[in-house]
Amino acid sequence: MNNAIKIATRDLKAFYGPEQLLMSLNMDIQANQILGIIGPSGSGKTTFLRSLNRLNDLVHGFRIEGSILLDGQDIYHPDFDVVALRKRVGMLFALPVPLPKSIYENVVYGPRLSGIGDWKKLDRLVEASLKSAFIWDEVKDRLGSPAMRLSGGQQQRLCLARILAQEPEVILLDEPCSGLDPISTAKIEEALTILKQKYTIILVTNNTKQAARVADQTAFFLMGSLIEYGPTSDLFTVPQDKRTNDYITGRFG
Amino acid sequence: MRIPPRYTQTAAKLVMGLATLATLAILVFIILFVLEKGLPVVGFKFLLSAPRDMGKAGGIFPVVVGTILLTLVAILIATPLGVGTAIYLTEYTRESRATRIIRFGADCLAGIPSIIFGLFGFIFFVTILQMGWSILSGGLTLAFMILPTIIRTSEEAIKSVPNSYREVSFSLGATRWETVQKVVLPSALPGIVTGVMLGVGRSIGETAAVIFTAGSSLRMPSSLFDSVRTMSVHFYILAREGISTENAYGTAAILVITILLINLTAYGLMNRFVAKNN
Amino acid sequence: MKFLGEKGVRRVLAGIAFSAISALLLIALFIIKEGLPFIISYGPVKFLLSSDWQPQAGKFGIWPMIVASVWVTLGAMLVGAPLGVACAVYLTEFVPRRVMGVIKPTIELLAGIPSVVYGFIGVMVLAPLIRSQLGGPGLSVLAGAIILGVMILPTIISISIDSIQSVPNSYREGSLALGATHWQTTHMVTVPAAKSGIIAAIILGMGRAIGETMAVIMVAGNAVKIPGSALDSVRTLTANIALEMGYATGQHRQALFATGVVLLIIIMILNSLAGMAIRKRAGKR
Repeated sequence: MNNAIKIATRDLKAFYGPEQLLMSLNMDIQANQILGIIGPSGSGKTTFLRSLNRLNDLVHGFRIEGSILLDGQDIYHPDFDVVALRKRVGMLFALPVPLPKSIYENVVYGPRLSGIGDWKKLDRLVEASLKSAFIWDEVKDRLGSPAMRLSGGQQQRLCLARILAQEPEVILLDEPCSGLDPISTAKIEEALTILKQKYTIILVTNNTKQAARVADQTAFFLMGSLIEYGPTSDLFTVPQDKRTNDYITGRFG
Repeated sequence: MRIPPRYTQTAAKLVMGLATLATLAILVFIILFVLEKGLPVVGFKFLLSAPRDMGKAGGIFPVVVGTILLTLVAILIATPLGVGTAIYLTEYTRESRATRIIRFGADCLAGIPSIIFGLFGFIFFVTILQMGWSILSGGLTLAFMILPTIIRTSEEAIKSVPNSYREVSFSLGATRWETVQKVVLPSALPGIVTGVMLGVGRSIGETAAVIFTAGSSLRMPSSLFDSVRTMSVHFYILAREGISTENAYGTAAILVITILLINLTAYGLMNRFVAKNN
Repeated sequence: MKFLGEKGVRRVLAGIAFSAISALLLIALFIIKEGLPFIISYGPVKFLLSSDWQPQAGKFGIWPMIVASVWVTLGAMLVGAPLGVACAVYLTEFVPRRVMGVIKPTIELLAGIPSVVYGFIGVMVLAPLIRSQLGGPGLSVLAGAIILGVMILPTIISISIDSIQSVPNSYREGSLALGATHWQTTHMVTVPAAKSGIIAAIILGMGRAIGETMAVIMVAGNAVKIPGSALDSVRTLTANIALEMGYATGQHRQALFATGVVLLIIIMILNSLAGMAIRKRAGKR
């Protein structure tokens, strides 16, 4: 397995107005692994995640200090192309957000933006992406129907397929299963464990058990700080910090 | 002696109920009156034949054509300007002094009486730009007049597009303009169409701004520089100069039906749109 | 628009966004440019306060038109404001939401009826009624006031309803909990809380009434004289412009533009008053 560092953060701080949301984070995130990020709500998990593809740029009053290196390049450098970054770093949101278009059009939204116009190529891409997201069999006969008609679990898998069609390098997931039933959750988790062979995956979750099930590495965030970070098996069995122990055993959060 | 509150309440409810009833009765009366007097005159022959003897006899075909052309010019100019303004205000800027100035301009423009638009169109388009009394002069003047309506409804429509759509689009590597084009505008379309329809309704019903800019020629226009007479102007001239009460009623009936249908469609679209986005 | 690039698109849109304010400035500029020099050369006092309007003789006093506009507009407010506000209060407070959901759009729909149609109804129905019942020529201040009063109803009702609806329900509940009847709550709590919105609605209605042209030409009679009673025929500022614009030239035309300047100033004052009322309400929240 390739254990190269895909993403590194150096003294990363984030502010919203006068409020500091992230406290000097230093993390190395390995390629082709699943990193689970756990922590109570308000601990900065989502802020961290959204900083990785610069989605927080859209929030007025948001500011970042320090650096985030993707393959050694600082993504907040003024010369760095944000649009290209977001094509390399895809994001799955907590609630499934299918665009008000057909299933097919949802999947090809990204590729079309990248200028792919060849029908055969798009068709192949749609089939491959939907298969990788474990939803092909459910929708292959109705690719032209509105994505809004799918169930919540199907919508979320469609959104995953939409990201895969971009052929990104990193996939960010922001509590992707919080609104889903156990079966859909299982399907997404199954997909993730296969996808990590090709992608670097960062999974923010409120469900510590989910992190324990699928993550190779786990990081515990609390009030904007990284409290503990290490192999999942270690973190859940022999936590180094008392607060980590309290959280994973359900004392708070 | 003190009147018990229950009685004042009953009295107040009665008075206000009567006021409401009276209001509705008046408005309904106006429509029914016009339709009752006008519908017998209306038919395909009336709509599609040329007027004779200054409109005393015959139909209103050139007037219908003139109305459509004038409205079309107004909409084609005002829609890109109005929607563009709305996109700029909602997607490209934050609240600032510039946006306040833009909104102030639109609000003031909305309050200007149509006769002032007529005066302006007459001096600017007809005289200074030498377009004469023409479809173009009238259309441009109307475009100015309906611009605020289109700005406001488009802005509301664009604002009601869920923000998550934009986030998804950005996260898939779309630029701002691609997001506007491919996600925001398609979702806001029904609301924008509502604004345009309301603009169409206003254009068709307008008289004062049109009569001094498009003129009142009864001939069939052959270019955008020809003078035309819209339905409202035709109706006004027939009624005021006492040319033909019968044909005036006929024209009024068509005018009212057209505008009610347009506004009804506009509100229908709006309701469906609002229901969908909530 | 791909060839423009993101920055280009932004610039184009910014340019477009200033179209409305540019249109406004253009309109104000040309009306003032045509009208103001005349007011200055003729003398503002003579122009505004003299009662002599004889274009052929070079006499341009618009005092009778100012008086006429004021009377007709005030009359319209007397008809439209109480009726409109009563209607709005009744619909929001005493009628089920579903019924109101039908009636409000209906009333707004009627705002689309062209002013010429209102004028025509005034000529065909209202004026003969006034002539036979009250005397006079029928086409009069009264006829104008009633027709305009009806025309501004949708404006007043729609904006008033919006402002009454935006009063928080907790106000009503608080009053009802203290043992007030529904009506006491309405006129002591709800309506006062919505007051500035209702005032804005009335001022905006007033702006519409004073700016209305075609309906007023048709029903007010258009005689250039200071009215002695509500049954006299009058000519408003707007009617004066519209009636003579078709054939006016030279100084006469300038005088009509000058009338437009006066109208524009009145409207601007009314609009800023309404704006102030609305902002006051927004500030309170």
